[in-house]
Amino acid sequence: MAHAHESNTKRIWIVLVILSLLTTVEVILGIIKPDALHLTRFLGTSPLNWIFIILTLVKAYYIAWAFMHLEGEKKWLRRSIVWTAVFLICYLMTLLLIEGGYLHSTLAPLVKW
Amino acid sequence: MEANIAIPSNREKTWNGGAVKPLGASYGKMMMWFFILSDALTFTGFLAAYGLTRFKFIDSWPIADEVFTHFPGLHGVHAPMYYVALMTFILIVSSVTMVLAVDAGHQMKQKKVAWYMFATIIFGIIFVGSQAWEWKNFINGSYGAVKTTDGKILQFAEPKLDEEGNKVLNDKGEVVFEQIALSDFIVDERTDGRVQHTRKNGLWFEAEETIATYSVAQVQNAYKANSNVQIRSERIDPTTKQKIILSREKGMAQLAKTKLVVEGANLKVNEYGNTIFGDFFFFITGFHGFHVFSGIIINIIIFFNVILGTYERRGHYEMVEKVGLYWHFVDLVWVFVFTFFYLV
Repeated sequence: MAHAHESNTKRIWIVLVILSLLTTVEVILGIIKPDALHLTRFLGTSPLNWIFIILTLVKAYYIAWAFMHLEGEKKWLRRSIVWTAVFLICYLMTLLLIEGGYLHSTLAPLVKW
Repeated sequence: MEANIAIPSNREKTWNGGAVKPLGASYGKMMMWFFILSDALTFTGFLAAYGLTRFKFIDSWPIADEVFTHFPGLHGVHAPMYYVALMTFILIVSSVTMVLAVDAGHQMKQKKVAWYMFATIIFGIIFVGSQAWEWKNFINGSYGAVKTTDGKILQFAEPKLDEEGNKVLNDKGEVVFEQIALSDFIVDERTDGRVQHTRKNGLWFEAEETIATYSVAQVQNAYKANSNVQIRSERIDPTTKQKIILSREKGMAQLAKTKLVVEGANLKVNEYGNTIFGDFFFFITGFHGFHVFSGIIINIIIFFNVILGTYERRGHYEMVEKVGLYWHFVDLVWVFVFTFFYLV
């Protein structure tokens, strides 16, 4: 391991700051819920939800790359993990969310309010 | 061809996967990574099922801001999100102390590793404790509701008043409602004399579910008597993304179908709305909490190994790195649970 003896503490603190900032932004947006983002629609859901999802993926990237040290692993170890996960997760999510939407369109008209 | 050729390996290292290190990672580390991959897919399965169910009930799903509103020490204050944000922050900090322990391990600083491991364990325990508190609030509930024979949850609301006692209006000139608890408009104690069966009295004891504070008839009568109380249905108005408030008459018709007074949440019924919302909450946060718990146990074992000098003698702290991977993974999962349960 080439990186065995050097210290990465500076990078660790920077990542902590980034993760805290992202979480703070998420929480502030979650409490205020600006109407322009919350009540409008974009690609199947509100822009606010897209912001949350993108910020979450950014956080996941920093945790996996910096904390779990994927950035220091061999390229193909990293790919064998990340590509597999990303592909299967996208696949499952797509199928199940489409199915959920279908269930709603089929069953919701039968519910009497 | 290389795969078929026996490579002379150092026998002492056989338990670590032999001398060959595919992809430059040791056997243990690579196996931890692939365990994490499979565990990630398990969580994906749960969260995807949650997503499916949520889309299925998209017009009546409980609004997280109205469910998780407690903060320690602030009683009766509407504090959405702050507490989970704090929990998220605690878990991120524990991830940082963990990665600092790994970093100190690379430099063979035994004492530093031990202290950082210790901090990680403490933060982990705080997180699980916080989650227990969150569960407690969820299980006890805060307002109470009723369930109708066709399976709908009805909550109660009244117009929000400002300090001078006037009704608060929104910018469209509509009256703003706020949810109220059963005890806010039902004054008397339970009147039908029904008490919980307990083992110590009665000749023939049969276990029964907890009896609600109020009877169904009492709730209906109190609704009739209080003309400012209105029913808050589960249904969401797509234009405002708020729960629809029923008129007095409509509310009365719904309330006539009541079969059960619901306080708090369990796996069969909850006051927040869809039963399956509570089920997913218990199952997914419970499964995650169990991961945190087992992570703490593993961290404690490794912590003692560090103190005893096991890794000092071994010449490297890779074991700390491996539990570190697991611990970060738990943090990673929480980031997603936080988003999909509390934000989206």
